[in-house]
Amino acid sequence: MSTFWIILTGALVASTCGIVGCFLVLRRMAMIGDAISHSVLPGIVIAYLISGSRDSFFMLLGAAALGLITVFLIQLFHQSGVQSDASIGVVFTALFAVGVILVSMYTKHIDLDLDCVLYGEIAYVPWNTIHLLGIDIGPKAVWGVGLALLLSIVIISVFYKQFKLCSFDPALAAALGIPVVLFHYMLMGLVSISTVASFESVGAILVVGMLVVPPSTAYLLTERLSRMIIYSVVIGCFSSIVGYYVAYLLDASIAGSMISVAGGIFLLALLFSPTHGVIFRKYKQRRMIHFHTTDAPNS
Amino acid sequence: MFDWLTVFRDPNVQWILLGCLLLGLSSGVIGSFAYLRKQSLMGDALSHAALPGVCIAFMLSGSKSIFFFLIGAAAAGIVATFGIGFITRNTRIKQDAALAIVLSVFFGLGIVMLTQIQHSGNGNQSGLDKFLFGQAATMMLSDVMIMAVISILLIGICALLFKEFKLLSFDPGFARGIGYPVAILEQFIMFLIVIAVVAGIQAVGVVLMAALLITPAVSARYWTEKLGLMVVLSGLFGALSALVGTLFSATGNNLPTGPLIVLVATTLFIFSVIVAPRRGVLSKLLMRASVRSNVRREQNRLQVTKSEEAI
Repeated sequence: MSTFWIILTGALVASTCGIVGCFLVLRRMAMIGDAISHSVLPGIVIAYLISGSRDSFFMLLGAAALGLITVFLIQLFHQSGVQSDASIGVVFTALFAVGVILVSMYTKHIDLDLDCVLYGEIAYVPWNTIHLLGIDIGPKAVWGVGLALLLSIVIISVFYKQFKLCSFDPALAAALGIPVVLFHYMLMGLVSISTVASFESVGAILVVGMLVVPPSTAYLLTERLSRMIIYSVVIGCFSSIVGYYVAYLLDASIAGSMISVAGGIFLLALLFSPTHGVIFRKYKQRRMIHFHTTDAPNS
Repeated sequence: MFDWLTVFRDPNVQWILLGCLLLGLSSGVIGSFAYLRKQSLMGDALSHAALPGVCIAFMLSGSKSIFFFLIGAAAAGIVATFGIGFITRNTRIKQDAALAIVLSVFFGLGIVMLTQIQHSGNGNQSGLDKFLFGQAATMMLSDVMIMAVISILLIGICALLFKEFKLLSFDPGFARGIGYPVAILEQFIMFLIVIAVVAGIQAVGVVLMAALLITPAVSARYWTEKLGLMVVLSGLFGALSALVGTLFSATGNNLPTGPLIVLVATTLFIFSVIVAPRRGVLSKLLMRASVRSNVRREQNRLQVTKSEEAI
């Protein structure tokens, strides 16, 4: 049973991140997942200091608040003329530094282990269950990530057209009267909700990877946004299933294996994708050259 | 006041101070090229990508020698830069996504190896991951020497190849047109970033090394429009934040050095955002106010002349 819960959690994280990640890859903001997963640290510590408990609800609240603040600050600096990659870098490193200092100032004698809070381990998911009316209704992580998935599916399918236009041609979207900034914040809100909901249970690196690797793989395989989202979800779920068994065989970290498998699939797509793969493009080029040299009348 | 002076007299603190200072200086210099080439997050990606290299170095050598770790980290960093370059050159995937892919996949692989090492029952492995999270207080004389050599090398190379790097940062197409080996130079800049990151990981840790590459450069960009001045300023900002951060950490409140350095750098950045001439928030506000009052005066004068004409 625990195998089922772990794989289900992995697949849910992969689906949530896969859907949102497609838009991030298209809008060239792929590093934002990494940024959010680091910068929520002060939020978690402050929530812990205020509430005094390690109840994950408060921590989640603190993390979500910091996620939104991060996104807001990045946008603020970007608008005041800093390149977007640099503004991501400045904001998340500063917040992370604040978090580390808060941890070492206030929690020296309290057990707030960074590894546990910030980098959850997916292997412990099945034991952290919730009870409703005395009945065990499954691991908390499944419910949390499942809700985030539901939310992103609903919001993205309702505003699909708007999100699509904002990703490909924000100027046209603005000209047509779509509130581009609002949709930007909506997307970023979804990203931070998915990131926060996921990393607490499965570890930050799995979230960062799943936000980028499967969507990029899908980006190499298709030209349509709708298919890209579907491919990315399928690739993400596939790599979490295979990754689990790889981890089982190697006796290694589950999250790490899932990402490694996704990386392997990306490498395959990079080399062998029929439209954008390196090898096929080289082959086509060579055939083109061959065709032109043999076909040209004078040479 | 006396406290501050005794801190300087402690030889241990002197070494750490010197090491961090050099680190801040050289990463500030190389970071400004990274910023202009829109590769600010390269430092973050490379410092995560070092993990599998460190693990492989441990597996091969079986010892926890810093030297092997540095070589492993540098090798993994170079492989990572090749990966990033290959993906961006050969596909339509943009640089940010390539960075994030390499970061997460390498780190994932590193975690797999790390857990593998831990589970294989090798008693010697403890503290392998601590290497990546760094603590300046553990720096020794030999580390500072290595750091000094590396920083002088980095700054020297940047000074010698300043013209090439400048052209590459602003107009790579033109650089290719006049016959510079652009691909080699690009790879070389990334190689320099790898070296800076690897040298810094031990002192300030993975995440905060990224900050040392980005924040001073962004702050320096606010003050000037000239690349030469920007590089110098960025180096100075880096060195200053390292100095002040280390001093704060050394005066006995027992806070970790790396985050303090980053916070000082961030304070400098916010200061720059607010008061920098021309680009800063204050000067923009002043400019807007003066333009507005000018326009208003013009309008008043026009109205006065109109009403005079009417009379």
